[in-house]
Amino acid sequence: MHSGILQAINGVSFAALLFLLASGFTLSFGLMRVVNMAHGAYYLFGGYIGLTITRHTGSFALGVLGGGLAVIPLGYLIDRFLIRRTGENHLAQVLLTVGIAFVLGDVALKIWGGDSLKVPTPIELRGAIELPGGIIYPTYRFALIAFGVFVGLSLWLLYRKTQIGAVVRAGVDDREIVSAIGINIDRLFVLVSALASFLAGMAGVVGGAFLTLYPGAEWEILVYALVVVIFGGLGSLEGAMIGALIVGLLDAYGRWLLPEFSYFVLFGPMAILLLFRPRGIFGREG
Amino acid sequence: MSVPLLRVADIHTYYGDSYVLQGVSLTLQKGQIAAILGRNGMGKTTLIRSVAGLTPPRAGEITYRDMSLRGKQPYAIAQAGISIVPQGRRIFRSLSVRENLLLPTSVLARSSKGRNGDEPGQRWDFDEVLKEFPQLAERINHLGGSLSGGEQQMLAIGRALMANPELILMDEPSEGLSPRLVLQVQAIMRRLRARGHAILLVEQNLELALSVADEVYVISAGQFVFQGAPAGLANAAQVLDQHLGVSGAKMV
Ligand SMILES: Nc1ncnc2c1ncn2[C@@H]1O[C@H](COP(=O)(O)OP(=O)(O)O)[C@@H](O)[C@H]1O
Ligand SMILES: [Mg+2]
Repeated sequence: MHSGILQAINGVSFAALLFLLASGFTLSFGLMRVVNMAHGAYYLFGGYIGLTITRHTGSFALGVLGGGLAVIPLGYLIDRFLIRRTGENHLAQVLLTVGIAFVLGDVALKIWGGDSLKVPTPIELRGAIELPGGIIYPTYRFALIAFGVFVGLSLWLLYRKTQIGAVVRAGVDDREIVSAIGINIDRLFVLVSALASFLAGMAGVVGGAFLTLYPGAEWEILVYALVVVIFGGLGSLEGAMIGALIVGLLDAYGRWLLPEFSYFVLFGPMAILLLFRPRGIFGREG
Repeated sequence: MSVPLLRVADIHTYYGDSYVLQGVSLTLQKGQIAAILGRNGMGKTTLIRSVAGLTPPRAGEITYRDMSLRGKQPYAIAQAGISIVPQGRRIFRSLSVRENLLLPTSVLARSSKGRNGDEPGQRWDFDEVLKEFPQLAERINHLGGSLSGGEQQMLAIGRALMANPELILMDEPSEGLSPRLVLQVQAIMRRLRARGHAILLVEQNLELALSVADEVYVISAGQFVFQGAPAGLANAAQVLDQHLGVSGAKMV
């Protein structure tokens, strides 16, 4: 019984992390039609930079912010000078951005080495919380859930309730007409792409504090983020939320109940879902 | 005559290798309506897209007031005062009616330098657009995709007006509308003209086009085969028969 609840918390907190990464990925696809497989590398880079900042300043919050901010110029340059050349060719985008991810991974290996590194968390988040019923669970994971909910809510409000959000949604509907009614869509792309980079970089720091950072971590997390996006529907923010919860919970219960089949527990339901809803839960046709 | 509002001079427009507009020229004065008629696939939408900057011509010149539109992005052309009511409406289906209307007024759509062209009579705002289209006011919080075809057409026109254009490009606004709604579209075009807006109108509804236009052009295979006053076209039996598929007798 207790373990069941523990797994639920595990799953939801992992979901919070996955949402940070998947939301940016899915928004940039929805608006710009770009599949950016370097998102995992943004996560790793942001994480390492946040780690360095946290070590030097002693502030985890600064680390999270700095890790996110540092990825923005990186993402901008990659968008502007590399991805833009691929036009709407998704295969070219995938190959290009996988290549970029490998390069970034090597650069990170050179700078931060091959050991697995843990972002130091502030003292207040290091302990554990005792829940009614005698369940003890790390404080950090609860803070992560709160952070994920906060970011999710902010993004949702931005996307659904503001005029900038309406412009982004309009761009998802019909980019050409958005520009024909007087909106500089390139400027919008830069904004959304910066937001996606920021979220991925932040996710790296937040995730690096409990999953640690190491060469290859970018691909592991990317696979999860892709499954989230496939579950939820490419391009849908609400889909990324629901998808993250499903994947987080499936992963947690899979590892607990069927440890030998934990990947199957993730990919099996995904395959079944795709049979019935090829565009995911919130996916749209067209 | 003063400088025309829009001058299209011998434009040639392609989609890849396919050569669509083969030397098209027209001029449109402030507050006038020019109607382009022609059968499907003749290049009417391509002309609209050329002016809007969506498919820029490969040769020739388009001038708006005294500004060349060559190399201008669609958003810059829109900000200069040209709005589009595209074929098939293309309203934003997942946005509410309110959001659709307000989009052209968002910070991202505001040009850094103000336009000098607006005249008091052309000033549109949210309230005034809703007054013009009462059926939109009733459905203000509905999603664009849930509207009927007629409501979507009104929304597409309202959205264009929210940018306070001086020139409106309308691509088959009567397509698929009931006769009653076609009359509403006709009344709107007349009101817009009275308020000083110029309209470049693409239509397949001959009667509608002739009833509102100051000048009529007939396009066939990317070239104009007729240009003149509406009355002139009504008498050009050969053009009507060959390029519009109406026999002269039916017109009277
Ligand atoms: N995006 C496109 N790519 C290639 N050819 C196109 C495209 N759009 C239109 N065409 C072709 O250009 C010609 C003119 O089309 P269009 O301007 O849409 O005609 P109209 O609006 O008069 O019906 C047609 O032969 C059409 O098939
Ligand atoms: Mg057409």
